Amino acid sequence: MKIAVVVFPGSNCDIDLFEALHTVCGAAVEYVSHKNDNLDGFDAVMLPGGFSYGDYLRCGAIARFSNIMPAIVAFAKQGKPVFGTCNGFQILTEAGLLPGALKQNDSLKFVCKTVPLTVENNQTLFTTQYKEKEEIDLPIAHADGSYYADEETLAELEENQQVVFRYAGENPNGSLNNIAGITNKTGNVLGMMPHPERAVEAILGNQDGLRLFKSLLENGKVATEEAVR
Amino acid sequence: MAVKVEMSPVEIKKNKPYLEWGLTEKEYNFISEKLLGRLPNYTETGLFSVMWSEHCSYKKSKPVLREFPNQSERVLQGPGEGAGIVDIGDDQAVVFKAESHNHPSAVEPYEGAATGVGGIIRDIFSMGARPIAMLDSLHFGEIDNPHTKYLINEVVAGIGGYGNCMGIPTVGGETTFDECYTGNPLVNAMCVGIMDQKDMQKGQAKGVGNAVMYVGAKTGRDGIHGATFASADFADDKETQRSAVQVGDPFMEKLLLEACLELTSQHKEWLVGIQDMGAAGIVSSSCEMASKAGSGMELTLDSVPQRETEMSAYEIMLSESQERMLLCIRAGFEEKVKFLFKDYGLEAVVIGRVTSGNNYVLNHHGEVVTDIPVSSLTDDVLEEPSEERKPERIIQAENSTDWVPEILDVKETLQQLLAQPTIASKEIFTQTYDSQVRTNTVVGPGSDAAVLRIRGTKKGLAMTSDGNGRFVYLNPFVGGQIAVLEAAANLIASGALPLAMTDCLNYGDPTDPEIYWELHQSVLGMSEACRVLNTPVISGNVSLYNENNGEAIYPTPMVGMVGLVKDINKHLTNTFKNSGAKIFLVGKTHADFAGSEIQKMVTGEITGTLHAIDTELESQKFFKLLQAIEAELVDSAHDLSEGGLAVGLVESTFSSGLGLEVALKTMKARDLFSETPGRFVVSVIPENVEKFVEIMGNDCIEIGETTASQQIHLKCQNADFEIQGAKAQKIWEEAIPCLMKSKD
Repeated sequence: MKIAVVVFPGSNCDIDLFEALHTVCGAAVEYVSHKNDNLDGFDAVMLPGGFSYGDYLRCGAIARFSNIMPAIVAFAKQGKPVFGTCNGFQILTEAGLLPGALKQNDSLKFVCKTVPLTVENNQTLFTTQYKEKEEIDLPIAHADGSYYADEETLAELEENQQVVFRYAGENPNGSLNNIAGITNKTGNVLGMMPHPERAVEAILGNQDGLRLFKSLLENGKVATEEAVR
Repeated sequence: MAVKVEMSPVEIKKNKPYLEWGLTEKEYNFISEKLLGRLPNYTETGLFSVMWSEHCSYKKSKPVLREFPNQSERVLQGPGEGAGIVDIGDDQAVVFKAESHNHPSAVEPYEGAATGVGGIIRDIFSMGARPIAMLDSLHFGEIDNPHTKYLINEVVAGIGGYGNCMGIPTVGGETTFDECYTGNPLVNAMCVGIMDQKDMQKGQAKGVGNAVMYVGAKTGRDGIHGATFASADFADDKETQRSAVQVGDPFMEKLLLEACLELTSQHKEWLVGIQDMGAAGIVSSSCEMASKAGSGMELTLDSVPQRETEMSAYEIMLSESQERMLLCIRAGFEEKVKFLFKDYGLEAVVIGRVTSGNNYVLNHHGEVVTDIPVSSLTDDVLEEPSEERKPERIIQAENSTDWVPEILDVKETLQQLLAQPTIASKEIFTQTYDSQVRTNTVVGPGSDAAVLRIRGTKKGLAMTSDGNGRFVYLNPFVGGQIAVLEAAANLIASGALPLAMTDCLNYGDPTDPEIYWELHQSVLGMSEACRVLNTPVISGNVSLYNENNGEAIYPTPMVGMVGLVKDINKHLTNTFKNSGAKIFLVGKTHADFAGSEIQKMVTGEITGTLHAIDTELESQKFFKLLQAIEAELVDSAHDLSEGGLAVGLVESTFSSGLGLEVALKTMKARDLFSETPGRFVVSVIPENVEKFVEIMGNDCIEIGETTASQQIHLKCQNADFEIQGAKAQKIWEEAIPCLMKSKD
């Protein structure tokens, strides 16, 4: 399976995603510029963290209008895997691929630390290698990670098991329902504030993020094989 | 907007506006009589005033800076360029430099700190290196002052705001608190980059007809006279100096970084030289690039991208607008460069050419507004040797008895020390920095040194920034030695071989003979330690005039040091790893309480004398410890500094889930708090003890062992006490958040 890592002006976790997939997991990965307008030949798309367009106006609000976005929306609508971490999650909500929005942290400050999470749904493309309700640790690094959605949307997210990751310890940003990551209704688009790509190597002290990428690669392979058949 | 009428050369001579800009009458006369043979016009006078400021010319500090050793078998680029470069093997190099942004941060702390970060990052990528880490060295007044709280919050937010957006991890640093920094905080930022040696660049403009190109943000009226501003004392009317502070745009700089690195790594054949437009903006970058290559240069200022209308030549040249770089491009490649930068949404504009001869010529609105020798700006500055005098306080201290603490309740003393802001956890600040982005951070903020792996190799880099103004204040020579030793000790404790250092020399007004003496003596002390440790000074910065209403800060040289970890898997942290490991104290303990944290806590003062240091012996001990670490005999190592052995032992248990049982048969309670430099707490598992002792010899003494319980049990000649590890950690963690929240 071939994965696209989309690079927006101001993306800065692009290399982290690339290395996690390529060097650590041995996957086929390519950077794709925000200027491109198609994703032909890719089996999954990943939106990295960072400060796209300086996070000016509102996190993700400008990136959502970049040239590549219609292709990402179309890709998602075809049911193919789309993943966004941190700024990538913010862009996915701005683009309407995921419900809700990310507000400024309660503390009004940027926060970078490792936090405990519960895997709430291990039946998604991205989480099959985790156990149900497993507690894992992942780093967060954001100033605007407080998930917000209206009550109706929240209820729907919970009912459809779209909440994939929940903060298990102290809520670090004021997210409603302690939400750290969600999928769309069909489960092929995952957005999360924590950075699994920062937790894939023992030398960096944490490998809890590795199974997310491995899950996708494994499930994607099956999906690709099925498609070929 | 009304057109401002500039003073004529004759009016300048008569009205002396240059005095306000920092040029003395003697300098002005030398320029007009000796260098030019005519009266300089308004623009030219402005150029001289910034280029001859201390910030750009080092006219005061140059005689002292020559003391620093700046060569070793590894140094590829010493002082004089954007940053120094050191060979780390495999055709790779590490590039680093530190810079102060004290004055801007005192006036507008967020932007002052942010643009300090932005400036030092540009210095690194101007050498062709990718910035991989930021460190800082911050010194504030006491936290009980509401204005200090404001400064801390804004400075920390500014550092994070810029570095986080750039995607460069802020991995380490130090923050200390002393009354003397209240009106003049120190904000020093250090950036470390890594590069392939083949990509090394220089800030030079050579080859007649080659293009001088401007890239990055447009030029506005911000920061005019920033360099001069940095070279003057503060008074309470500093609010009026706010327009001299620049405003940062990290997103613009991120684009500039990526575009410049594409140019330096992939299109070297287009590029002759590249330099950051830092202090004194276009003028310093352009004339320094010409000067280094012995070229002339002609610029047309009308071509400079401008953010504001009706800017004068003076304003364009002196503006310190951020996120700008100057390139010298081989003639014929201008369009390719424009195209490259356009791809990043940036403008690259030809603003002039390299010329034959040695003249610096500026055209504006069809007129020649400057025509002077390049060297008159860069090389002809009048050095100002200063008078020196040993301060009275030091002479007096030499004739008095040093203070020694009397410890009544050792447990209580220890708990109080853990809550002293200079010792307590700084996590409340460091967790607002992205310390992990680019996924190379093996050891982040909070350990003795930060450690980063070098992707694709076995190697790692350890880095630290240190400054201890208290010691330098008591004895500049010994204090200077300690500053260098302390930085080296941090690297050694992380398992790294110290390679080289950078510095920020933060002092008061150098026209005061006592302050100049402090500067000179401390540089001599630092130089001596650098020679012994083979850690040359490859870059640095001088910040003088750090005074507020006539009160100088402690003389505070910041040392930024980088070390090489040969095998990243053998790096070390300061946290105990295994229960039942033997705990060793490396280094002898003496009655060193002058300038210590306990002295400040108990007496509220910093007084006394420092003992002489044998840097040769210190160095031998350091390298023995490194040998033991590289042989994988050591579990953890923690360099002892503020708070001494007691604090160091307790810190080693934090977050380890372990406790300790230590008996110090030769020590009295007060010795637990002595701050004799060059000491470490080291843990060694029993099977490695014999080999460890064989290497360390008399330099180590076994003092106890780690335990599975989280209980800290310390015994000495006249005390025996226990403290719960978790409780100690809580005191240490909560002290600063509590002080920052209190509303007094």
